Amino acid sequence: MNRTPPPPAAVSAPRTPNSPLEMFVTFTVLALQGFGGVLAVAQRELVDRKGWLTREEFVDAYSLSQLLPGPNVINMSLMLGDRFFGWRGALASLAGMLFVPLVIVLLLAAGYNRFADDAAIAGALRGMGAVAAGLMFAMALKLLAALRRNPMGPLPCALLGLATVALVAVLHQPLVGVLLGLGALGWGLARRAIAREHRAP
Amino acid sequence: MTGGLPLADLAELFVRFVTLSLLSIGGAMSTAPEMHRFLVRDRGWLDDGEFTTAIALAQAAPGPNLLFVPVLGYQVAGLTGAAAALIGILLPSTLLTLTVTRWGRTRRDTPAVRAFTGGLAPVTVGLLFSTAWVLALPFVREPAHRAGAVVLIAITVVLMLRTRLSPIWLIALGALAGATGWV
Repeated sequence: MNRTPPPPAAVSAPRTPNSPLEMFVTFTVLALQGFGGVLAVAQRELVDRKGWLTREEFVDAYSLSQLLPGPNVINMSLMLGDRFFGWRGALASLAGMLFVPLVIVLLLAAGYNRFADDAAIAGALRGMGAVAAGLMFAMALKLLAALRRNPMGPLPCALLGLATVALVAVLHQPLVGVLLGLGALGWGLARRAIAREHRAP
Repeated sequence: MTGGLPLADLAELFVRFVTLSLLSIGGAMSTAPEMHRFLVRDRGWLDDGEFTTAIALAQAAPGPNLLFVPVLGYQVAGLTGAAAALIGILLPSTLLTLTVTRWGRTRRDTPAVRAFTGGLAPVTVGLLFSTAWVLALPFVREPAHRAGAVVLIAITVVLMLRTRLSPIWLIALGALAGATGWV
């Protein structure tokens, strides 16, 4: 193997938060800037402005949070909070990420119930729904690029992806079975590919 | 949109979202097709429009997109429903994340973990496409709004891929196009 993994904590972040309260406030500010996704704002606030993470640490945290179930940015806020202040930090970060945005979105939902009959508002929501579908298509298309470096190679990736779409979107199969079945298949295929790459570098 | 739901149904909602939490690799949005299957197709607690509205509201509001989950809960059973859905979707993944993070950040490069991410990545991307499909379907099915919605979806995809424009502008464009009757 010709890969030399750099030690993740070789260069540590320049600054640390003073208290869980500071983490709560930072994550609240961060979340309130995130329309249609928080990740880009998180990178800017936590790495560029606060300096709590280096760029490398941010990438590492994101990789790990993608591997775990749960929303990636939520998992990253938990990891960062836990690293500085244990479970108190984790709770403070999580609450910062969720509390104020939750109040806002529920107020919007309650208002929508009241004004649902208004044609302009119904139309606006319909237009926003179409954009939401477009954003999701774009995100899926962007993430296709991440499969290029997949150890399995293009054909197994394409087949696994297409099988997922067919089972979930077309045939409406339960997600549990699809994830366990195709996930196990993918794990086996990737395991074999990685073993092969180790034997013949 | 009913306010009250029998306790047994509320418990079922909670348990379903607890299960989905552990399956939400790649984010809560990847479990949206399963939520749709459960809430709309199986139980009939919500219709297609209400489901899409929850996601649109969460996209329109600031904060993590995960917040479509408590909105779904809110539409089914008010604030209790919102709490059941949000706590359900967060509790297992939070505990697991903290456990795994503490267990060690050093195993990232082992073959077993690399095979886990590598093998699951195409499935995750497939799930995101499925989610996009579930979101787009109500528009494609409705002849009155089909053309405008498809154009709006296409504009969004192109601008997201080709520019660094913030999604908020596209959401505003969608709201404007809808409010003025174009979509």
